[in-house]
Amino acid sequence: MEYSGDLRTLTKTVFRDGVLASEIVKLIRGYWDLLRSNGIEEVKIMNFCGTHEYTSTHYGIRSILPRGVTLIAGPGCPVCITPSFYVESAVKLALEGLTVYTYGDSYRLPAVKEIEGCKSLSDARMMGADVRVVYSFLDAAKDAAKHTNPSTFLAVGFETTCPAYASALASGLVPNNLTLIMAGRLTPPAARFAVERVGTVSGVIAPGHVSTITGAGVWRFLPEEYRIPTVVAGFEPIDVLIAVALILRQMVEGDTRLMIEYSRTVTMEGNTRAKRVLSQVFDIVDAAWRGIGFIENSGYALKENFREHDAFEQNGMKEPSWEEWSHDLLPGCICGQVILGAAKPTDCRLFMKGCTPGTPYGPCMVSAEGACSIWARMGGREAVAEVP
Amino acid sequence: MGKVSLAHGSGGVETSLLFRQLILNHLPDWMKTLNNGLGLDFPDDSAAIPVPGGYVVTTIDSYTVSPIFFPGGDLGKLAAAGTLNDILMLGGKPVAVLDAIVVEEGTDMADLYRVVNSMISVLREEGVRLMGGDIKVMPSRQLDGILITTSGIGFASKLIVDKNIKPGDKIIITGNIGDHGAAILAAQQKIQTDEFRSDVAPLTRLMIPLIESFSDSIHAARDPTRGGVAMALNDWARSSDTTIVIYESELPIREPVVNLCEMMGIDPLSLASEGTALLAVHPDQADQVISLLHELGYREAKAIGEAREKTSSLGLVVLKTVIGGARILEPPSGEIVPRIC
Repeated sequence: MEYSGDLRTLTKTVFRDGVLASEIVKLIRGYWDLLRSNGIEEVKIMNFCGTHEYTSTHYGIRSILPRGVTLIAGPGCPVCITPSFYVESAVKLALEGLTVYTYGDSYRLPAVKEIEGCKSLSDARMMGADVRVVYSFLDAAKDAAKHTNPSTFLAVGFETTCPAYASALASGLVPNNLTLIMAGRLTPPAARFAVERVGTVSGVIAPGHVSTITGAGVWRFLPEEYRIPTVVAGFEPIDVLIAVALILRQMVEGDTRLMIEYSRTVTMEGNTRAKRVLSQVFDIVDAAWRGIGFIENSGYALKENFREHDAFEQNGMKEPSWEEWSHDLLPGCICGQVILGAAKPTDCRLFMKGCTPGTPYGPCMVSAEGACSIWARMGGREAVAEVP
Repeated sequence: MGKVSLAHGSGGVETSLLFRQLILNHLPDWMKTLNNGLGLDFPDDSAAIPVPGGYVVTTIDSYTVSPIFFPGGDLGKLAAAGTLNDILMLGGKPVAVLDAIVVEEGTDMADLYRVVNSMISVLREEGVRLMGGDIKVMPSRQLDGILITTSGIGFASKLIVDKNIKPGDKIIITGNIGDHGAAILAAQQKIQTDEFRSDVAPLTRLMIPLIESFSDSIHAARDPTRGGVAMALNDWARSSDTTIVIYESELPIREPVVNLCEMMGIDPLSLASEGTALLAVHPDQADQVISLLHELGYREAKAIGEAREKTSSLGLVVLKTVIGGARILEPPSGEIVPRIC
């Protein structure tokens, strides 16, 4: 094919090239044939990240993989796994008169319990509460500095989003009237939980952007402790196809290890500055994941010297403990299993019936990175047969 | 019954459902059918009433946009072009327009003049009469700025109706996808750049020559406004009982629009165009139609796919992706929300 355009366009052209894709698929088919001749009937590969699920679905990658090689979703969607309790707390504070900031998708995230008739921050805003959607934590910090109203930020996110909270707090950029409902989570403990729970995961496509911060090294436990081939991959379709090929090749060669496909941004060590500021501001604690429950050492909590910015502490509220945590999905919703790759969105009876992107019932239908929302918007609901 | 949400007005699945439940289901057959014409029984761009020698084509639409002035146009231009295009897409030649303007108390008089002048100048250039209208003022904060409703009347000697799409028809797009939606989105996000420009424009100079030269080969025409190309193609596949296959590699989407959509987590195929048409054309004439479009100045015009016999293993609209995969192109659903990471 002919290439033209600026560097960004050229890069995308390469990573979305149809000829290249079909060559990689040929390799994948070759590895798959070898595996099948060794008696392997199914290979389940977890694409951990919501953005990987997007790439797999959006580019129809499942439709060109051999039958038997399946991609399953993982817990890599921060909005999907934010416990209902945090949403309920944010709604409560909004109705009490606080200014509440959050991102566009957590704004619509439905809680399990209604607070004065409100199930989400978007409901609270309809009732007249001061809820503001922002694109970054710094925007909220700047906005809160302009008024004196007590404010809070529903701070969801993984290792990619949390350095923004940490560096703003560490550099003193957060005004006194702004607190955080700290819902930040770490991904490796959830990956461990997921592979233990699902049991049959043959390979993991590990998150690319998280690994730019944490370093790919955090995924070493997957090959070392669980014998699972693991490839840290980028988010273009060619990246995902290469990752699938590398995982199958490892299986063929019986050589299980951690590989970095996304070497254009990911190193083994990661971003040491971001890691330093994270450890300066946060303790790592056992934390709840929506629809799943508590996972050991999987949450960020504000350290003692940042407690004046802790929304729970400042408003006389308390996080539920391991013992107090209760199942936080609505009846019929199977998001907990979808997140763990144990069920497909289409296995849910509510999918595109009681739960749609317009009126989401469960958390995975809200965020652009939720598996249910991706399948609903991107046509993942049926595998498309080969188009003649 | 719940509350009305923004999703109900975004032109996707929820809007269609609301339309059916709120209106269509409450109409006895005689109210929605027009013998030998086109009524709500086959919802299309416009309605058509048979008269000797052809059809009177009529349509109505309310226009609201924030910001009122955007790169490439404004609310007034949108209100004029949008209604003219609805007439044109049914094969009609616009004759006259009626308008209803509702303004919020406190709106700058200069803004109101600018918007209405813009509407009038489009109609004047197109030789379309403004036959009547209404102006109302609402108390402050009971309306966001200005709302304009326009109703159009035109005449067609032959109708171009969605349900006439046949297997084999080529699907042609006359220009870049999503330019209007991207311009509005960028303006709303206060993205300061001159890379986004709405395509809002009447399509008269495109449709009239096409109708004159190819009236038998153009089986359907649609301007993909709210809900974008994704909604338009799903409507077409449903009303014509075909499967439509689209090739991602052929879609003309400008690079800045692709980048903006990737950044915001939005599918460009659900973004509105306001000066671009989708055509379903008999395969034998497709190349000639594209050549004529190029001659008329629509240089981006190209075939992006085709209609096929409906089969149960395929969805309504199938998109062949750039890497050779396939997926269903869903009609847009929900409101557009920005992603977080």
